[in-house]
Amino acid sequence: MADGLRLSREALAAPFVGKVEELSGQNLSACYQCGKCAAGCLFTEHMDALPNQVLRRVQLGDESVLAASAPWACASCLACAVRCPKGVDVARVMEALRLLALRRGLPHLDPRATAGVPQIALVGAYRKLTP
Amino acid sequence: MKRIPYFPGCAMKDQARDYERAAQAALAALGCELVELPRWNCCGTVYSLANDDLMRHVGPVRNLIRVQDMGEDRVLTLCAMCYGTLRRSARFVAADPERLSRINAFMSDEHDYRGGVEVLHLLGLLRDVVGYENLASKVVRPLTGVRAAPYYGCTLVRPREVGVDNPDQPEVFERVLSALGAEVAEFPYKVECCGAYLTVGAPAIVAGRVRDIVASAAANGADLIVTSCPLCQFNLEARRPGIGPRLPVAYLGQLLAWALGADACLPPEAEALIQGTTPAAAGAQQR
Ligand code: SF4
Ligand code: SF4
Repeated sequence: MADGLRLSREALAAPFVGKVEELSGQNLSACYQCGKCAAGCLFTEHMDALPNQVLRRVQLGDESVLAASAPWACASCLACAVRCPKGVDVARVMEALRLLALRRGLPHLDPRATAGVPQIALVGAYRKLTP
Repeated sequence: MKRIPYFPGCAMKDQARDYERAAQAALAALGCELVELPRWNCCGTVYSLANDDLMRHVGPVRNLIRVQDMGEDRVLTLCAMCYGTLRRSARFVAADPERLSRINAFMSDEHDYRGGVEVLHLLGLLRDVVGYENLASKVVRPLTGVRAAPYYGCTLVRPREVGVDNPDQPEVFERVLSALGAEVAEFPYKVECCGAYLTVGAPAIVAGRVRDIVASAAANGADLIVTSCPLCQFNLEARRPGIGPRLPVAYLGQLLAWALGADACLPPEAEALIQGTTPAAAGAQQR
């Protein structure tokens, strides 16, 4: 992010920011980067950006966050959602990013991975990881 | 017999069949008859977290209509995931008449859902309908000496407004296990996620979570993990590492049935442990 990120009125009002806010129903500017969401997330070792960093990048209109691994390592456990002091439901932001990526045609669940798992896992995975 | 409308969900007819059978037997011993919804469909397993996904609520709401059509206003689930999904959808549509009418219009072949069905989980039923003391008084095979770790996972306690108990410090599972005579092994991972559906595409991530959960339960003295979630159960068994402590995993309904003297359908590892631990089991020739 060191050399790509430029703050501007345009970036903050980018359609991307509005789309994520609309899909997630969250007020992204409420986040003040305390990092509590990341501190409680058990999946950060598999994320290339911490949950609060994902939030920051969306706030700044940085669409490259759609290529981040974080939303795909997120298990929708809602630990962040119940802990955010500002009432931001980060799990919903992660879901919005997954959906935007999936709706742009990024395939994420490999059908070959589905062998040997029970129905409850399959239904959950297909609902979360396919468009 | 108290008749309680019951939504099974897919797992109870397949991988968690033993949980269902045990829970039915246990609840019968407590004077509750589970009445399966005449027709039911998948709840969707995971609750949609997006704002433009009204379609995802059609499945859950259709099940709530079945309950309403039975002339009832509550429905029981044994599965923690069904509980979360159905209960959240019920709240979601009840909170907004506009959403509700759009969903009703979509399902024109059904009666309109009026928004009054409450979704219960087995733990809530044991606390609020049966009562801890009453439950304890019905125990004939106390789980004395069994150190059980109550593993809530996610959907029983989060989000706060649908949880069966406080999301950070829940106690209903502990209270139920104590009523059954078990010793409760408190462990810090009891409300932490096992990785859930990531088990399909990213089993290694789940293996890491399961390793920590099992190790923490063992380090805190548990010799058994108890769950009500078939996905947690699958992950705890199928994704556990080959090395380290191997704690047996049992469903809440199975321990309940055991303690109440009903057919518990326990998995062999858990049954052996309980047989070998409890004095009542060692003395009696039951089962
Ligand atoms: S916990 Fe809330 S306020 Fe803090 S960084 Fe995360 S989203 Fe932002
Ligand atoms: S919902 Fe996702 S981002 Fe939030 S704590 Fe859980 S895994 Fe981490």
